[in-house]
Amino acid sequence: MYGLGILKGLKVTWDRFWETYTEDISWLLRGKKRYNTDEGIRHRSSKNQKGIFTVQYPEEKLILPEEARYIPFLVFNEHEDGKKEILCTSCGICAKVCPPQCIWIVRSNDPTTGRPIPEPTEFFIDADICMNCGFCAEYCPFDAIKMDHDFEIASYSRNVFNMEKLLKSESYYKSIRPENFAREEADRKAKEAAKAAKAQAASAAAPAAPAAS
Amino acid sequence: MTAPASTLTIDLVARFPGIVTADARPGFTGFIVEKDSLIQVATAIRDEFGFDLLTAVTGVDYFPENKMEVVYHAYRTTGGPGLTFKVQVPRVDPVEVPSLINLWSGVDFQEREAWDLLGIRFTGHPDLRRILMWEGFEGHPMRKDWKEGFYEEDTKPFKSRWPEGNFYMAEDKNPFKDNLTFPTNFDPEKWIPEGDALLYGSLARYTVKQEGGMSTDRIVINMGPHHPSTHGVFRAVMTLDGETIVGLKPVMGYLHRNHDKIGERNTYLQNMPFTDRLDYFNSMTNNFGYAITVEKLMKIPVAERAEYIRVIVSELSRIQNHLVFIGTLLNDLGAMYTPSLYAFEERELILDIFEAISGARMMCNYFRFGGVVRDIPDDVMQKIKDLVHDRLQAKTDELDSLLTENEVLVSRLKGVPMINAEDAIRYSVTGPVLRATGVPYDIRRADPYGIYDRFDFDVAVRHNGDLMDNYLIRIDEIRQSLRILEQAIKQIPQGPINSQKPAYQVRVPAGEAYGRIESPKGELGYYVVSNGKPNPWRYHVRPPSFVNVTALEKICIGTKIADFVALLAMLDMVMGECDR
Repeated sequence: MYGLGILKGLKVTWDRFWETYTEDISWLLRGKKRYNTDEGIRHRSSKNQKGIFTVQYPEEKLILPEEARYIPFLVFNEHEDGKKEILCTSCGICAKVCPPQCIWIVRSNDPTTGRPIPEPTEFFIDADICMNCGFCAEYCPFDAIKMDHDFEIASYSRNVFNMEKLLKSESYYKSIRPENFAREEADRKAKEAAKAAKAQAASAAAPAAPAAS
Repeated sequence: MTAPASTLTIDLVARFPGIVTADARPGFTGFIVEKDSLIQVATAIRDEFGFDLLTAVTGVDYFPENKMEVVYHAYRTTGGPGLTFKVQVPRVDPVEVPSLINLWSGVDFQEREAWDLLGIRFTGHPDLRRILMWEGFEGHPMRKDWKEGFYEEDTKPFKSRWPEGNFYMAEDKNPFKDNLTFPTNFDPEKWIPEGDALLYGSLARYTVKQEGGMSTDRIVINMGPHHPSTHGVFRAVMTLDGETIVGLKPVMGYLHRNHDKIGERNTYLQNMPFTDRLDYFNSMTNNFGYAITVEKLMKIPVAERAEYIRVIVSELSRIQNHLVFIGTLLNDLGAMYTPSLYAFEERELILDIFEAISGARMMCNYFRFGGVVRDIPDDVMQKIKDLVHDRLQAKTDELDSLLTENEVLVSRLKGVPMINAEDAIRYSVTGPVLRATGVPYDIRRADPYGIYDRFDFDVAVRHNGDLMDNYLIRIDEIRQSLRILEQAIKQIPQGPINSQKPAYQVRVPAGEAYGRIESPKGELGYYVVSNGKPNPWRYHVRPPSFVNVTALEKICIGTKIADFVALLAMLDMVMGECDR
């Protein structure tokens, strides 16, 4: 019969339309909130999703996976006396690997010894040029530059981030990427333990020094 | 289809002694043909040896040797490895090479591109105009001695970034002063683009004399560059006789950024995120093509688990590409938003997976030479399994029942001819459009790359070549991709995900490589020439969208203008890849 195909299609849209309401009612009966809750948003982006799919940005925001990457930042360790220890040694690997060449690093030399200071004097990222590829974080040997989760950086002017804007604490890094942080921490511990064991073996005759952390 | 021969046994040198020599440079393959005998040899390659599909044509500027080279890659549609043949000419203007357009119509745009970017003049080409750069552009930008505006250095990394990287903006340092060449006596105020005259002139050959009856005027219509059906900035100049299209010229390059030149400036690794931006729906397959090309050059193996991950992500990518295709096709046909948003829901779930493993939804930058960057964690693997087993199958069926039998859709698509098999091959059309004409040519089978030879799947083929078949073949392909995914998920082994140590600069021995994959839109090829330095000497992308558009003129002539939008949508082109 002519028109059967259209009717068949209309049934699909009708089912979809109803599913939003049946889902809403079933969530209501279970006493759960489907909107504006993490659980609801997670459910709406799972295989069990039915009916309405949209997430009402900016009231609701999609839950970012840990690996989500946006504009890099520099990690610093905060000491108890409030001193910031920047992990970056200004080795320049990130600036060399950066595909659009948006990382600019000023490395200074110690005036007395003439050797490079293992901390950047200035660090710029031209965020307008940055393509969020994540190479800098991937190839940094010191885990000093990491990709951020903050994607709301639209502005009316050019975004050239300097050190002040780029530095974020290690606890922030831990909060956005707990698994990565744990993995890197474990690696660091393992490396230090190996180093300590080596030192111990080297000075086998001497009384073993306690492994310095 | 018979199993493809593993080695190439063609001996062109014996067939054409004195005219053809084997390319003896270390790392290079193929044959070098004398310029004057090119057409003779190419005819033999096509007719005697059966290489009916000439997929890629590009030029290389060997500036230090003062030579220009044109490289042709020919394949058989029955499968098997390809044949590379080259022509070398002295780098003295005018650089002239005979055009092969009478043998393979598909070289049309690729030869125009080589003329535009490298200044190689193809004698005998009927319409050799610029194609990607604008009319009135001075010079040929892919030549090694051409420097762009804001030129800083020949190769990255730039020295100004470290260790004294005091930030400046390029335009502050260089506001339209150096590196900007105007033609002599050029006055921008008085300049009228001469390209337009050439463009409309090229359409004039379609004017035919009216015999008897009422005589009507031809109308020239510009569709685009800002037309919603062109999915970007694409312009088609059409000559109409009433409602019938009698002539058509595609105009492109509005999104051109000279990807190839950027690629030659980058190091090998730095190119990886740039390939994401070609076909921005399928960054995973773009990465795949580039990775296997450079791996061919480096002669490194790929970690076993990574091979499976590569297949999983590229098949997921194919599914979401075809979903977007169906959605936008229906948008173009006037079924605004409902089907497209249904398709986008499933795409969204696939992009969630991409984001969880690679960090970005569309610009994945996920592949590395020798493997992939990150393992798929167990919870994401579970998500992929759920999606493949529980959802995508059912949702494909749902989309099928929503659309396929819809009488309005059927009457728009069924019986509207697109292209036949013979023309499709002659125009180097690849991908679903070629398979919808009945040619079972899928590179995953015809010339397997990665580990595609391990999976059991059918090459989706339809035989009528009309619009309905072009639509249905996409649904078939989604189902086949799901089949591959089911097997890959089951078989994936544990293990390392990269055979190499992570290195921010890779060592690539001198040589050339052409790597190609079956991207969702057709054959995506990369031609890379290395001279042993950290940056490629030549980096060329053979984008399926660009080459498939060559056939647009052939496809559209004789059809009604109302069908143009559907015909264009069926080519499934993405301007990011077409214009590069």
